[in-house]
Amino acid sequence: MNQKHSTTDLEATSNGIKKARGHVSQNEGLIFEKSVTGKRGVEFPPLDVPAVDAAKELGAEFAREGIEGFPEVSEIEVIRHFTRLSTWNYAIDLGMYPLGSCTMKYNPRVNEFVARLDGLATEHPSQPDAVSQGCLRIMHDLEKCLLEITGMDAASLEPVAGAQGELTGLLLIRAYLESKGSARRKVLIPDSAHGTNPASVVIAGYEVENIKSNERGQIDIAHFRQFVTEDVAALMITNPSTLGVYEENIAEIAAILHERGALLYMDGANMNALAGVTRPGDFGVDVMHLNLHKTFSTPHGGGGPGAGPVLIKKILGPFLPVPVVREQNGKFALDFNRPQSIGRVRAYCGNFGVLLRALAYTLAYGPGIRQATEDAVLNANYIRKHLEDFYDLPYNLPSMHEVVFSDARQKKHGVNTMDIAKRLIDYGFHPYTTAFPLIVPGALMIEPTESESKEECDLFIDAMRAIAAEAETNPELVKTAPHATRVGRLDEVAAARKPILRWKPRQHLDATPHKVVTTVVPTA
Amino acid sequence: MYPSDFRYTKDHEWLQVSGTVGTIGITDYAQHALGDVVFVELPKVGAKLKAGEVLGTVESVKAVSEVFSPVGGEVTEVNSELANTPEKINQDPHRSAWLVKIKMDNPQDAAKLMDAKAYQEYVAEKEKEQTA
Amino acid sequence: MRYLPKSQSERREMLHAIGVKSIEGLFETIPAKYRLRDALRLPGPLSEMEIIDYFKARAAENSRGYTSFLGAGVYQHVRSVVTDALVQRGEFLTSYTPYQAEISQGTLQAIFEFQTLMSQLTGQEVANASMYDGSTALTESVLMAERLTRRHRVLVARTVHPEYRQVLATYAKHLGIEIEEFGFAASGQIDAASVRADSWKEAAAIVVQSPNFFGVLESLGPIAETAHQHGALLIDCITEPLALGIVKPPEEADIVALEAQSFGVPPSYGGPYVGVIATRDKFVRQMPGRLAGETTDAAGRRGFCLTLATREQHIRREKATSNICTNEALYALVVTIHLCLLGKEGVRELAAQNLSKAHFARDVMKQIPGVTLPFTGKTFNEFVVEFPRPVKQVNEKLLADKIIGPLALDKCYPGQEKRGLMCVTEVTPRAEIERLAAAVKNILQSEN
Repeated sequence: MNQKHSTTDLEATSNGIKKARGHVSQNEGLIFEKSVTGKRGVEFPPLDVPAVDAAKELGAEFAREGIEGFPEVSEIEVIRHFTRLSTWNYAIDLGMYPLGSCTMKYNPRVNEFVARLDGLATEHPSQPDAVSQGCLRIMHDLEKCLLEITGMDAASLEPVAGAQGELTGLLLIRAYLESKGSARRKVLIPDSAHGTNPASVVIAGYEVENIKSNERGQIDIAHFRQFVTEDVAALMITNPSTLGVYEENIAEIAAILHERGALLYMDGANMNALAGVTRPGDFGVDVMHLNLHKTFSTPHGGGGPGAGPVLIKKILGPFLPVPVVREQNGKFALDFNRPQSIGRVRAYCGNFGVLLRALAYTLAYGPGIRQATEDAVLNANYIRKHLEDFYDLPYNLPSMHEVVFSDARQKKHGVNTMDIAKRLIDYGFHPYTTAFPLIVPGALMIEPTESESKEECDLFIDAMRAIAAEAETNPELVKTAPHATRVGRLDEVAAARKPILRWKPRQHLDATPHKVVTTVVPTA
Repeated sequence: MYPSDFRYTKDHEWLQVSGTVGTIGITDYAQHALGDVVFVELPKVGAKLKAGEVLGTVESVKAVSEVFSPVGGEVTEVNSELANTPEKINQDPHRSAWLVKIKMDNPQDAAKLMDAKAYQEYVAEKEKEQTA
Repeated sequence: MRYLPKSQSERREMLHAIGVKSIEGLFETIPAKYRLRDALRLPGPLSEMEIIDYFKARAAENSRGYTSFLGAGVYQHVRSVVTDALVQRGEFLTSYTPYQAEISQGTLQAIFEFQTLMSQLTGQEVANASMYDGSTALTESVLMAERLTRRHRVLVARTVHPEYRQVLATYAKHLGIEIEEFGFAASGQIDAASVRADSWKEAAAIVVQSPNFFGVLESLGPIAETAHQHGALLIDCITEPLALGIVKPPEEADIVALEAQSFGVPPSYGGPYVGVIATRDKFVRQMPGRLAGETTDAAGRRGFCLTLATREQHIRREKATSNICTNEALYALVVTIHLCLLGKEGVRELAAQNLSKAHFARDVMKQIPGVTLPFTGKTFNEFVVEFPRPVKQVNEKLLADKIIGPLALDKCYPGQEKRGLMCVTEVTPRAEIERLAAAVKNILQSEN
């Protein structure tokens, strides 16, 4: 009892790491490498109509023999395959995921449950409105909630991602300005913006004009005024900015734009800092989008799906994409008859399954959504306070929901933000966002969200402080991290020079077959 | 470091003139800033370029850099080996990893570009800015 | 609040550590006049049980208990509980885009498997990690063709899904892309001869769908040949990929834009779905969307990472191939798991079942007096029926019998009010097909 184990190598590299330790990780090849002819993972009820001979029915022109290379595996093998794969991922369900600008918060389980209900998951988007009242009411209710939270007048729930929301918003601006006589030529974008902003501007047929942030990371009003010419259609701004700082002159910026007939677009990626505290509609925003997969907790699922509803002021209403949900005497209908509409940006009604989850999230909080915002800002400031003596703070302005440090101090020891991020993995955390925003060289962008307890924040602070110390005393340890993962840093250069983007039978024929080596450990 | 018979641009291209033919590449400074090069896109032979026009792109894993033609002219030859061995740009940027050869419209234009000494100073200044 | 892991005393403790008196102190950069004084007027807060009650009430207001014959781009197919159990693992559900490869190998390997499955299915060399859906995949395919050919006109068949064409029109409008639509023949296949010789001259691509919106299979070989003669690309759009279990893959196409919803993704009133673009290796650098690639670490261990990222908006910004960032990764995983379960035999058997069911339904429908099948082309699990009276009228009566009838075509094809698009899959019981036929027969007789 209570025997002291001898220290292994693994423990030596993880000394002082409180949140995580090593663990057996199952090996697993590609599903195609496990395939054996004749196996299957699903069976069907017998056909209840006469079977047709496919080859005869389709004829030589169309009939296919079988899909070359498709896997043949049993149900248990599929279960093990994907379960093993899943254990190689980090996730919010495992711990803090402080990716700045991504708002990785808890994804409530009840949302998953209700999204799968018979009568919701099963509904066909082309079915008559008479048998879709439940779906339409969900969309209507969500719309009402989002309008209340943002202070805007009307919405389209059709865009299925933030970037598509941006494009939709810009097309609305374009249609509105065209109706006033001229679409104008340019859209202004601060240099701290997300990459999707300029990419969306181009698809909307506008030119991008970048405006430099001042030394405080904010838009310089005097400088900005000169930019707003007759050619400018809109300013696209993220507020709080990607530095996590509230744009203090936002109302004045809106006034300058409006004075010259231009509009203010707000990228709502950082709405998690504002919900329940202030409303974009009140401070002059004309068009904005929300990322429901950020602020409204719908799961990121390894990269998607999302939803990017667009919210607008009344003046843009006639141009909304079709269809829009309309209520009349307690009955709901999809309205397609909108002659001034910009058209469709996606088939059907958008990512209904994501919209539904976002409504479930909003209902769970109600007006209490303000508390979530406060906790998110509290966590970011708490972490900032405890790390500002250890990491360089390039813009010393009050932080909201996220804080952006730089690697300036650690660089002196040859350690950069990516190295620190990789070392954080050994400490049991997902890295923060590296190398963004572009206006901060070597950025460490940390967004804890409201979902983290004080205990988890403290563990994170400890880890970051320990890494700052390692950067000075043992930089090599940090530069070669991570040390505790299944694979080390991967050769991304080789991957890009000679891309292997799919499995092919021949290419792997000579590779050493995957052998499971079982070591028998004698019992003591 | 920077060959004395080359001319250089502020965008870090080099130009070597031999009669009316100019050979163009990117400098050691440029390849270093970009990191491991993984892909190169070059114009077709016969393409006509103006001075300052985009000639092609050079990509690393996380950055894309446009290459601008230092002088105007018609492309007479492209270094097709780079398609399979982009790493040459990192290994030998000033010699075997030339990008294109161009029949220059006005060979005297080369004189407008920086010489090796001026470029060396320009680069030193850049490096100072970055460590500041 | 149950989602927030803090007590009031912890909050006070943290505020104290920061050095502010109250939480208001952290919001002072927001001008006072824009700070809300009152609570938002939102419904809630609701407990978990109340949330479930709300959504169950909504579900009851929908089509439960109805039998549907709708397809038209969204299909009811078998879904395994295995798939759903696996995608609900938090490690998949609650992880981010796999930028940090060392702790995202699960997602990355699954994407690599997805890319492989989609390549195998379509007969193409490479496929991306997903687009939003079929409509946006098609739109992005057209933009891709424009970049590849540097031409600005696209020829689009009217047999391509009407809503997909609407999305394409919205995107194309401000990019200087000219869309020219062309019609269909008596077979229900495209009428390639109706494309003017002039139109081909500057065409970046010809866009067709197979099986097309009427359910009819297109002969891609000759279309590809004509397109290539004119220096244009062939884009094939697929909304019912299950057909590829028994139908030849579009190897002749240069770009395939596919909607993979059929493989385990619930209809969910329009989304999320899974778009995919597949193409030839030589076009990969103009393809939008994320890609996972195989590589090794310093110790030579196999691993996967996102690659060719320079195509994307976070690096190229306004010069990116697309503005897409968030995609449909979780549903691409659904498709991957579903296809692994089905496997080579299962996909084939399932596709064959659909063919047999639809064949049976065609026979039953055309025996109803006055009902015809106007198109002669080969079909898979969808086909057009023609009634002696407007489909809309028939459908209103069918709804009273708890049947959602064929999709009336006149909304998108003016003048075709008597034609409807009908879909039958493996989940449509024979008895329901017979019930539909009997009901239609009744309705047509009673009104004669």
